[in-house]
Amino acid sequence: MTTDRPTEETDHDTDPVPWTFWDRPRDRWLMAEHNCNTWPRSLLLEVVARVVFPTVLILSVYLLFAGHNNAGGGFSGGLVAGLAFVLRYVAGGSAELAAMVRIRPPVVIGAGLSIAIVTALSPAFFGEAVLSSAVWSLHLPLLGDLKIATNLFLDLGVYLLIVGVVMDLLRTVGAGTELGGPGLDEETMERDEVERT
Amino acid sequence: MLTAIAAHFVLAAVLPLIARRWGRGAFVVGAVAPALTLVLAVSHADDALAARHPTETLAWAPGIGLEFTARFDELALLMILLVSGIGALVLCYYACYAKPGDRAVGRDSALLVLFAGSMLGLVLADDVISLYIFWELTTVCSFLLVGGDGLTKKLRKSATQALLVTSLGGLSMLLGLILLASASGTTRISEILADPPGGGVVPIAVVLILLGAFTKSAQVPFHPWLPGAMVAPTPVSAYLHAAAMVKAGVYLVARFAPAFSDLPAWWVPIVVLGLWTMVLGGFRALRQHDLKTLLAYGTISQLGFLMVLVGAGTWITALADVTLVLAHGLFKSALFLTVGIIDKRTGTRDIRELSGLGSRWPVLTAFATLAVLSMAGVPPLLGFVGKEAAIEGLLTGDPKDLALLAGVMLGSVFTVAYSLRFLVGAFGTRPTVAPTKAPPSGVAMTTMVGIPAVASLVLAFAPWIVEPVLAGYADTYPLPAPDYHLALWHGLTLPLLISAVIIAAGYAMYRASLAPKLAGWIPERMSAQNGYRAAVMGLDRGALSITGRLQAGSLPTYLGIILVTMVVLPGAGLLAGGPLSPTELRAWDSWMQLPLAVLVLAAAGTVVLARRRLTAVLLTGVVGYGIGALFIVDGGADLALAQFLVESLTLVVFVFVIRRFPPRFVDARPYFRRARWVKAGIAAVAGTFVAVLAVLYSGSRDGLPEASRFYIENAESATGASNVVNAIIVDFRAFDTIGEIAVLAVAATGAASLILARARQRPPSLAALDETDGTDETDGERTEVKR
Repeated sequence: MTTDRPTEETDHDTDPVPWTFWDRPRDRWLMAEHNCNTWPRSLLLEVVARVVFPTVLILSVYLLFAGHNNAGGGFSGGLVAGLAFVLRYVAGGSAELAAMVRIRPPVVIGAGLSIAIVTALSPAFFGEAVLSSAVWSLHLPLLGDLKIATNLFLDLGVYLLIVGVVMDLLRTVGAGTELGGPGLDEETMERDEVERT
Repeated sequence: MLTAIAAHFVLAAVLPLIARRWGRGAFVVGAVAPALTLVLAVSHADDALAARHPTETLAWAPGIGLEFTARFDELALLMILLVSGIGALVLCYYACYAKPGDRAVGRDSALLVLFAGSMLGLVLADDVISLYIFWELTTVCSFLLVGGDGLTKKLRKSATQALLVTSLGGLSMLLGLILLASASGTTRISEILADPPGGGVVPIAVVLILLGAFTKSAQVPFHPWLPGAMVAPTPVSAYLHAAAMVKAGVYLVARFAPAFSDLPAWWVPIVVLGLWTMVLGGFRALRQHDLKTLLAYGTISQLGFLMVLVGAGTWITALADVTLVLAHGLFKSALFLTVGIIDKRTGTRDIRELSGLGSRWPVLTAFATLAVLSMAGVPPLLGFVGKEAAIEGLLTGDPKDLALLAGVMLGSVFTVAYSLRFLVGAFGTRPTVAPTKAPPSGVAMTTMVGIPAVASLVLAFAPWIVEPVLAGYADTYPLPAPDYHLALWHGLTLPLLISAVIIAAGYAMYRASLAPKLAGWIPERMSAQNGYRAAVMGLDRGALSITGRLQAGSLPTYLGIILVTMVVLPGAGLLAGGPLSPTELRAWDSWMQLPLAVLVLAAAGTVVLARRRLTAVLLTGVVGYGIGALFIVDGGADLALAQFLVESLTLVVFVFVIRRFPPRFVDARPYFRRARWVKAGIAAVAGTFVAVLAVLYSGSRDGLPEASRFYIENAESATGASNVVNAIIVDFRAFDTIGEIAVLAVAATGAASLILARARQRPPSLAALDETDGTDETDGERTEVKR
C-alpha cells in the first residue's frame, strides 16, 4: 500500500487549518533547491524512495510481528527498516535523513537496549526467573484470537536497536559523502595514486 | 540502621530537585538525614554499650551468600558521632558558606549526603564485601567533590590523584579482605575478629588491608593527595578531609587491631609509617603559608599519630586512640570551618596577608583558640586528655614503646609549633601588614564553629559522658583492662611533665621558627609527589608500549593472527579428538544447488583476481547472496532472509568505507609482493580447514542433537512461537541475544565516536555545513566498521 502523502508529519501547527486546505500536502515532496547537495540528483530515485519508504516500514513491522510464527523477527524487521532509511539516504543524502528523523540515532539504540533489558528483568518483579516469558491470549471483536508473548517486547528492543545502529552508520560512515572532497570521485583518486607511485 | 543508610541515599537523590527550588537551603534539608541518624544512634546507645550489638542483615544475593550486615557496636557508635554529627554541622554551615544562587548547590549537597550515607554504611558494615563497597563509594564521592566542576587543570589533577591513590589502596584492601575471609571461612568481620585465622596467608592479607588504610588516611608515602585535595570547597575539606573520610583508614585499622595487634606484619608497618607521617606532616605544616594547607599537613600528622596509637596495641593506647579520634574530629572540623569563614569574608587564606582579625572577631577567635589548644594538647581540653592517655599508655618500660614515645614527643612538639603558627597567623596582628578589612564573621557560621570547639572543652571536664563508648572499644582487645580513666587531672605524674615539656619545646620551636630555615633539607628525590608522578608516568608509558605492540594498526596482521590461532588451537584439539565415524558424502541434494554453487565459486574465484576494490566488494556480495539462495533451497527461510538483509547492508557500508581507499589494490612495492604470498597461504589454509572440517563433522552426526530436539519439541508450548528459530533467539537463548545486542550497541557507538572524533580536527568552515542534528559531517576514514 502506498500513502499519497509522505509519512513524516512534522507539522505541529496549532492553528486550525481551514477545511478546504485539509488535503493539501503540508510538506514538500522533494527537497528544494537550497537543500540540495553536490551529487547529481535523480528525480526518479528520490520519488520512488519516497513512495516506497512507508511500504517498506510497514513490511518491517510485519516481519517483526510475524517472526513468531513465520520467517522474520526483530533482527530481520530492524534490518528491513534500516534498509528503508538507507534507500532514502542514497536518494537524498544526509539532509534527507535529517528531515526524516528528528531523534538522534544513539537515542534509538539506547531505547532498544533499554526495552530489551527491561523486558528481561521484569519477570523478576513477579517472582519469575529473569528472561522467562508468558503468553497472553486475547479475544478481540474484529481481529479474532490474538496471542501475545511477552518475548515480543524483547524482539521489539532488538528491532529498535538495529534500526538505530543502521541510522548511526549512515550518520557517521556515510557522512561527508556528498561533500565531494578529495578522493571521493575516482578520477581524483587515480590521479593521487599515480602521483604516489 | 539499614533504613538510615537508605534514607541518606534517597535524600541525596532528591536533593538536586530541592536545590532547584530552594537554592542553598537544600543543604539544611540535607542535614536532616545525618542529624536524625545522630539522634537515633545516641538514643540507642545503650544497645551498643550493653554488648548486645544489634545486627541487621539484608541478603542481596543469597544465591552466592552475599549479604549486607550492619552491626552497631562501640566503635561504630563513636564513628557515627563524628560522621553524622559533623556531617549535619558541615551541611548547615555550607548553607551559609555557599553563594546564593550557586549552581553547584544541588550537586554538592547531594554528594555530601551521599557521602554521609556511605560513611555511615562503612562504619556499620560487618561484612567485608559491603565494607569495600562503601569504602569505594566514599572514594568516588571524594573524587567528585574535589573535582567540582572540573574547569581548571588543578582541580582535575588533584581529584584524579586522590582517586588514583585511594582506589589503588581500595583494590589492595579488597584483595586482603578476600584473602582474610577465605582463610577464616566467613565474610562477617565480627566473626573474623572473634576467631582470627592464622597461617601463611594472613600476614599478606593484613599488609594488603593496611595498604588500603594508609592510602585512605594519607600516610607516607601516599600523603600528597590530601594537601592537593584542599582545592575542594572548605566545608567539603572540613568534612571529608579532616573529620570523616580520612578517618576511614584509622577506623579500618582500629576495627581489625584487636585481632592482629600481636602480628609483626601488622604493627611494624603501622608504627614505622605512622611515626614517619606524624613527624613529616608536622614539619611540612610549619612551612605553609596557606592556612588550609597548613591544616591539611596537620591532619596528616595527626592521622599518623592515631595510627601509631593503634599500632602500639595496648589497652590504654587503644583508649587514647579513640579519644583522639573524637578530639581530632571536633577540633579539626572547627578549624577548617574557621578557615572557611576567614576565606569567605576576607578573600584570602595566606597568613602573610592577614592581620588584626583577632580583635575584629573576638568570638570566633575564642572558639578557634579552644580548638587550636585542643590540637596542641593543652589543658583543659579533650586533646590534652587524649594525649595524656597516649603518653601513659606508651610509658610501659618496653623499649619499643619508649622508642614510640620519643617519636610521638617529637611529632607533638611540631604539633604545638604549627598550632601556634596557625593561631597567630590567622588572628594575630602584624605590624608590617595593614589590618585586614572584613565584615562581621556572621552569627550562624560562628555558631557552627563554636559547637565542636565548645564540645572539646565540655568533654574534657566531663569525659565520663563518652568514656563508656571509648573504653568499650578498648575492651575488645584480648587484654585485661587496667584501672585507668580519662581525666584532666591525674595528679603530678610523669605524663603531665612530658606534656609540659612538649608544650614548652613547641613554643620554643615556634619562636625560633626553625622549620623555614630547614627548607630544602629533605632531598628532592625523596619527595613523595615526585614518586606519584613517576609512577603514573611509568604506567602511562607501559600502557603505551604494550598497546603499541599489540595494536599494530594493520588489518591484515590482525586477521592473520586470528586465522592462524583458529587453525592451530581448535585444529589441534579436533585432531587430538580421535577418528571420525565415516561420513557418507553426497554430491548434491537438489539440482538447484548446482547452478548456485557454480555462481558462488565463480564469484569467489573472481574476487581474488579483482583489481579494483569496488569490484571485489560487489563480488563478495554475490557470494553472500548465492549462499542465501542455497539456504532457501535447503528450506531455511529465516536464515536466508537474514543473510540477504545483512548482505545488502554490508554492501552499503562497504561502499561508504572504501570510497576513502585507493580504488585499486595494486601496490608494486616488493614488500607487499612478498607479503601477498604469506597472506594467500594463510587464507588458503584457514579456508580449507573450515570447509573440510565443516563437511566432516556436520556429516558425522547421529540424528538431531539433544538441544535441537528439545527446542523443537518445546517451542510451541513454552514460548508460544511456532517459529523455532525465533523461539531460540527471543526465549531459549534470550540471554545470548541481550549480550549480542549490547555488543552491537557498544560497537556502533564506538565506531561512531571514532569517526566523529576526526570531525573535530576539521576546519570550522566545513563544520558549519553540518545539517545532521549537531553532528559534524566527517571524512569517513579508514575505520573498520564490521557488522
